[in-house]
Amino acid sequence: MESLIIVLVGVLTTVAIYLVLSKNVVRVILGTAILSHAVHLLILSMGDLKVGTVPLLGEEATTYVDALPQALILTAIVISFAVTAFVLVLAYRAYQELGTDDLGAMRGSQDE
Amino acid sequence: MNSILVFPMLLPIIVGVLLIFLRTYGRLQAWVSIVAMSITAGMSGYLLHVVQTEGIIRLDFGGWEPPFGILFVADSFSMLLVLTSSIITAICLSYALISTSKELQTMYFYPTVLFLIAGVNGSFLTGDMFNLFVCFEVMLLSSYVLLTLGNSKRQLREAIKYVSINIVSSWFFLVALAFLYGTLGTLNMAHLAERVAEVGQTPLLTTISIVFLIVFSLKAGLLLYFWLPGSYSSPPIVTSALFGALLTKVGIYALFRVFSLIFYHQPEITHTIIGIMAVLTLIGGSLGAIAFNDIRSIAAYNVVIAVGFMLVGLAIATPSAIEGSIYYLIHDMVAKALLFLVIGTMITLSGTSKMAGMSGLMKNYPLLGWSFFITMLSLAGIPPLSGFIGKILISSAAIDSGSYVLLAFALLSSMFVLYSLLRIFKNCFWGETIVSKEEQLPLRRGVLVPCLVLVSLTIAIGLGTESMAPYIVNAADTLVNPDIYINAVLGKTQ
Repeated sequence: MESLIIVLVGVLTTVAIYLVLSKNVVRVILGTAILSHAVHLLILSMGDLKVGTVPLLGEEATTYVDALPQALILTAIVISFAVTAFVLVLAYRAYQELGTDDLGAMRGSQDE
Repeated sequence: MNSILVFPMLLPIIVGVLLIFLRTYGRLQAWVSIVAMSITAGMSGYLLHVVQTEGIIRLDFGGWEPPFGILFVADSFSMLLVLTSSIITAICLSYALISTSKELQTMYFYPTVLFLIAGVNGSFLTGDMFNLFVCFEVMLLSSYVLLTLGNSKRQLREAIKYVSINIVSSWFFLVALAFLYGTLGTLNMAHLAERVAEVGQTPLLTTISIVFLIVFSLKAGLLLYFWLPGSYSSPPIVTSALFGALLTKVGIYALFRVFSLIFYHQPEITHTIIGIMAVLTLIGGSLGAIAFNDIRSIAAYNVVIAVGFMLVGLAIATPSAIEGSIYYLIHDMVAKALLFLVIGTMITLSGTSKMAGMSGLMKNYPLLGWSFFITMLSLAGIPPLSGFIGKILISSAAIDSGSYVLLAFALLSSMFVLYSLLRIFKNCFWGETIVSKEEQLPLRRGVLVPCLVLVSLTIAIGLGTESMAPYIVNAADTLVNPDIYINAVLGKTQ
């Protein structure tokens, strides 16, 4: 199961890198969103997938899953959500001001 | 008693939230945030004293004892940096009060600065790797906002690059954390250090440490500094001063912490790479500093040179080299804030950031000119100013350990710092005065006060090295002997 997830992480990362390397700002943002999903899956699989029951008192089970990766992912998801929201607004403002969403055109000129 | 440890992060957050409700009162916001930062600085000074007399203190959140919960750890190194950054922020805020436009002041500038400093102080204090990531993100999100406040086209353009590069570096941070947790099963720094020491630093762990090196290098501007000059030279000058003084320093702090506490068992690999990166940073920064005619770009490249210089100390990694780096770190926070504020004042006065547009400012604004002169000497490392002691310690440590290549590049870079700033001094302050006494723009009242406070700080650090020495020695001692830190965190509860 872990191997399968790792392959999925690889596929997601590939897709994300393809998007991040494109010139369109919105594609770059979508790329970073997928990038963060890939790493969340990676963290999840690092804590072993589904080896026992939920880590609560009174479950009376022999094995429990590791709760820490889940807590880490929850935090990371919130952060990446906030950052993505910010970047989307930033991209919109930049489009309004600069009149372009092409990163190649945002290089900046020498005479500023 | 230990719960006071949370205040350097908590106080700015609480005050920042309150200030959001006072949006329209620009001056009130400024005063409240200056007072808040002064209180933070006072508390950090007290904590530094406590750490010095009673040893490392820690605060376990929610009563979860390490290695289970998140915790804050205060040793001399982190407290010195918290103290310095709080003082610098207070001074930069007072400059903002005097000089920035009302528009900027009422657009949540002060709350964002307070959130930024909360992230910075949190990063210095935390004892947990994942919490370090969270504090980094708090700091970065605030820096994204600060970078775009002001709303010029150039800022928006640079912000997109800055945000993208930081998202990618945060991604690397998470990848490194995932692998670290997968191999060692813990994220508490002291626990990590203990486990790495037990199992030995296997090739896998060294590889993970290099991923961390990439992450922190991106934040610190060590070799991977290509994003830095653009984003540090586009926002309003107060923001540049805060960025130049604080942001890269957090990356440098993380590098020192991780490579002296956790991954110090394979110095022939990791520290050699750091040394090579430091040398390349020094070369790149030096070339950049002399290549530009825009004085803000020159200042931004001076930030890069300083990063390379401090990491030379980590690459050598003897106690006196680490001591020198800590001195230099503190000096550089003061001097870089000062450099940016002085340069910002020059730009405001002459209306251009090009050297060609300024000449003979010395006749009109002598005090500003001499402030710049002292900044220049301090950054070049002339005694008795604050840059001297760090340079001399790192240099002598380099000679003792036979790292002559590092020594040569470190000293050569000082020449480039001096040359690049001397060029500004000669072109902008000397020469024919193009603006007559009648036409010159008046200095806004009090605008030089923050600069003069920083000037006196750099002189005070230089002259008062003797009284700072016990704190610095203690900080270097903890960095060189990780057992002190590990025992303080994992030992019995206080």
